[in-house]
Amino acid sequence: MTLLSLDMLLVLEKLILIIIIVFASLGIALYTTFAERKVAAILQDRPGPERAGPFGLFQPLADGLKLIMKEEIIPSSSNKALFILGPGLAMTAALMTCAVIPWGSTVHLFGREIDLQIADINIGILYVFGVVSLGVYGIMIGGWASNNKFSLMAALRGASQAISYELAMGIALIALLMTTNTLSLREIVNQQMAPGHLWNIAYQPLGFLLFFICAMAECNRTPFDLPEAENELNFGYHQEYSSMKLGFYLFSEYINMIMSSAIMASLYFGGFDIPFFDEKILPQNMAALVGVGALLIKIVIFIFIFMWIRWTIPRFRYDQLMNLGWKSLIPLALANMLATGAWILYHG
Amino acid sequence: MEALTNRVQEVSRKPMTFIERLYIPNILKGMAITFSHMFKKQPTIRYPEKKREFSPVFRGVHVLNRDEEGRERCTACGLCAVACPAEAITMEGAERLPGEENLYREEKYAAKYEINMLRCIFCGLCEEACPKEAIFLSETFAPANYNRTGFIYGKNELVIPNPLTDPEGFAKAKGPARSN
Repeated sequence: MTLLSLDMLLVLEKLILIIIIVFASLGIALYTTFAERKVAAILQDRPGPERAGPFGLFQPLADGLKLIMKEEIIPSSSNKALFILGPGLAMTAALMTCAVIPWGSTVHLFGREIDLQIADINIGILYVFGVVSLGVYGIMIGGWASNNKFSLMAALRGASQAISYELAMGIALIALLMTTNTLSLREIVNQQMAPGHLWNIAYQPLGFLLFFICAMAECNRTPFDLPEAENELNFGYHQEYSSMKLGFYLFSEYINMIMSSAIMASLYFGGFDIPFFDEKILPQNMAALVGVGALLIKIVIFIFIFMWIRWTIPRFRYDQLMNLGWKSLIPLALANMLATGAWILYHG
Repeated sequence: MEALTNRVQEVSRKPMTFIERLYIPNILKGMAITFSHMFKKQPTIRYPEKKREFSPVFRGVHVLNRDEEGRERCTACGLCAVACPAEAITMEGAERLPGEENLYREEKYAAKYEINMLRCIFCGLCEEACPKEAIFLSETFAPANYNRTGFIYGKNELVIPNPLTDPEGFAKAKGPARSN
């Protein structure tokens, strides 16, 4: 008798998918660091990195190599176990989000229908929120275990910022979920793909704006990068870190950026949907691949906007950050939620 | 108090309007500015491949000149040392011996000629003071060195290559702007 009959092929399929997606995210994150420097340079009339390889394309590899080769210093007064756990946790939490993102529609391969998604769980959004909140622990633990006042202060800031902005983010999302009636990301995307249905940005423009601002705060991107405000906290929560541990922290920020871009694209911009184009006229596998490409393009656009904002706006002051979060975003999100509810009541 | 210039601007203390407090229009304005910079020309000169032209009046490391026959022009008169505001130049004169006419142009020459490149301010007054056109400032600058003594340039570093035996080195040391 088998209590749990596992389809081994399914396990294999998911494993391969996990490996592809994790390594693809890491690879994209690698080149996001490069893109960040390049975008910053172009916005500031500089050429940016261009020496390593053609157009400087090997620069991220050189950066990675440099980080790995650096001496690894663990402060003697730090809490060693937590000190090592911190960056790992930040990285894990950043990567875990990719499990529920629908990267594309279904591929027909070797007689099997393969969803281009690691896990289509029906509470996808809740899972994302849970994992994103876990990401704060990476900052908290790292900052606390360093046994450095600046790091601790940065960690506190990071935690309070994440909590404040998660609230507004959640409320903004509730309004969206009221219109979609589902928490599954794949279903939300499929709804937006359906003919006659616009992307959710058309129904929830204010909700998207709030979500976008909060996502930026969750990723600790400028203007919300208070946990690493150099001018007041030296270097922020990863001040005591060196070598690849520091690399993990820096890297997880970029992975967070990719994941939040993917989630925003899925929630508000139709995911792997191509605008003004009916994917059904293409063969199935082709449509899936084109869909993945469309999602990647949307992600790249979002990442560019993140960077563009970073190199335009200076960092908020801490009280401004809290004022914005609690006094503007949350009331706005609540109003948005109430208006959406009223609209659904009236029309539905 | 009376304003010193007519450029004084009164600081506006007006409370922000609703639009200004929204913050987003101004952010968009700022983003438009940064976006427009994507299409601006980069002023960067990619250094090792491309070097920036020096100004035509650039004053670099000194060179002790020779005449067309390869004889040193300097007569150790000391006018350059007198003119030098940084007191960077020291020299010792010596009398030309019979048979050295192909080395030194006049009967007196500088046996020792030293310029301390750490003292020198590259003002070019030595060049102006020289009655024999023996010293001029070239278009190269003193390279970095590990110790201070390395910056005291003697005749080895300063005297230009002989135009008869090493015409290329001579032309290079003279520099393109002064090659006439």
